[in-house]
Amino acid sequence: MQTVNLTDTIDRSFMEKVMEESEQNLSLCYQCGNCTASCPYTFGFDIPVSRVMRLMQTGQKKAVLTSSSIWLCASCTSCTTRCPNNIDVARVMDVLRHVARREGFVKERRVKAFFDSFLDSVRKHGRVFEIGLMVDYVRKTGRFWTDMDLGPKMLPKGKMSLTPHRIKGKDAIARIFKRFEEENR
Amino acid sequence: MSKLSYAYYPGCSGQGTSMEYEMSTRALCEALDIDLKEIPDWSCCGSTPAHACDHVLSAALSGRNLGLAADMGEDCVLTPCPSCLTNLKNAGQHMSGSEEFKEKVNKLLDEPIGEIPDVKSVLQILFEDLGPKGVKEKVIKPLSGLKVVTYYGCILTRPPKLMEFDSEENPISMDRLMEAAGAKVLPFPLKTECCGASHGVARKDLVMKLSGKLLDMAEQLGADAVVTACPLCQMNLDLRQGQVNSANKTSHKLPVFYYTQLLGWALGLPQAQLGLDKLCVNPMPALRGIGKKEDAA
Ligand code: SF4
Ligand code: SF4
Repeated sequence: MQTVNLTDTIDRSFMEKVMEESEQNLSLCYQCGNCTASCPYTFGFDIPVSRVMRLMQTGQKKAVLTSSSIWLCASCTSCTTRCPNNIDVARVMDVLRHVARREGFVKERRVKAFFDSFLDSVRKHGRVFEIGLMVDYVRKTGRFWTDMDLGPKMLPKGKMSLTPHRIKGKDAIARIFKRFEEENR
Repeated sequence: MSKLSYAYYPGCSGQGTSMEYEMSTRALCEALDIDLKEIPDWSCCGSTPAHACDHVLSAALSGRNLGLAADMGEDCVLTPCPSCLTNLKNAGQHMSGSEEFKEKVNKLLDEPIGEIPDVKSVLQILFEDLGPKGVKEKVIKPLSGLKVVTYYGCILTRPPKLMEFDSEENPISMDRLMEAAGAKVLPFPLKTECCGASHGVARKDLVMKLSGKLLDMAEQLGADAVVTACPLCQMNLDLRQGQVNSANKTSHKLPVFYYTQLLGWALGLPQAQLGLDKLCVNPMPALRGIGKKEDAA
């Protein structure tokens, strides 16, 4: 587990920002640990989810935004389901990814690259084009495709289309992305 | 009873990696006299990558489809996929709950959304609107002797405030439908655990561990098969079962069905309509065993 130096840059406004964007009251968290106990990814997180909550309460912005945990969280909503204070913890984790993305902190580059390739594919075709997405991901990460073994299992069954599905509203989807970028410039 | 009819959102994976879910869902609904009206020119809901990027963007990608469904004059949209379900429902709930949010979403869309239709899983209407009894009446090849575990995955019934269906800790809808089809449902303690979700590509190690745990448990309980309702869960457990076996030094050979395939089988639908040949782990030994074990017992 990562240790955090508490005298490091304390940012009090950070919690308020996350509270506002997630519409969740983070000060209600009393560290019962239900979320961490329920989280299927605790074994892989560098900072357990209940500790992420505590670090926000104490203004440890950098520790939170540079964690792997916020990228490995799979939005399974176990934490949200079991929090006795009705905090939508999964939504908070989502918002932390938004902030980290905006401020340029990305600990798990491959996870973000996968998300980006996925969204690029939607933007381009209106629906996800699976093979195109994988090619783009491999290009973005410079990695050899570690799922080569799956190709022979899927291709003969016709489970992966070699061409994108064309939809009429393709351009309407591209416009959604374009307006989104303009709004957030 | 008048014919059940809904707007239908198939979702992207149904066009590719989960095509057998899509085929069997349609075949099953047709056999049960449920009318699925596909939303014309539907687009991707954005899935996890969109909500992990921004909530307004995610709601706009989903919202376009809700708008198209409303234009059809439908007040309820069905989808087989839990990930699409989560996104469509989240978009609908947040727009209904906040004019300010709805305005932000509408700013991104060509056509602003007016009425917001309800969204449900296909499983929900099979369970609530038709019911296990309605299914049972049509069973001609009962799944007698087939021991299954039902695996719901993490988000089909959770969080409860969003999903408003079944139980968040011990869902039983698929159990009851499987029993109606004659199968033996074993108590499975990992019904709502996570399979590793979309981390198969970027962090396969996580999927190997989580999906491995599910397969180990199913095997230890003596299941003949796992029954799922989610394309991502099914893919991690079936397509990646070989990878899981190599990573964890196990030798599972457990077929992983979509619940729609097994219900369709029990209703006597032709194999070709159920896409059984699309599954990676051969399901035929388990299906051929149906009825036999019971005779022997
Ligand atoms: S379950 Fe809720 S109250 Fe308990 S530690 Fe997690 S966030 Fe805090
Ligand atoms: S939503 Fe994320 S943080 Fe919460 S339990 Fe699931 S993986 Fe863990």
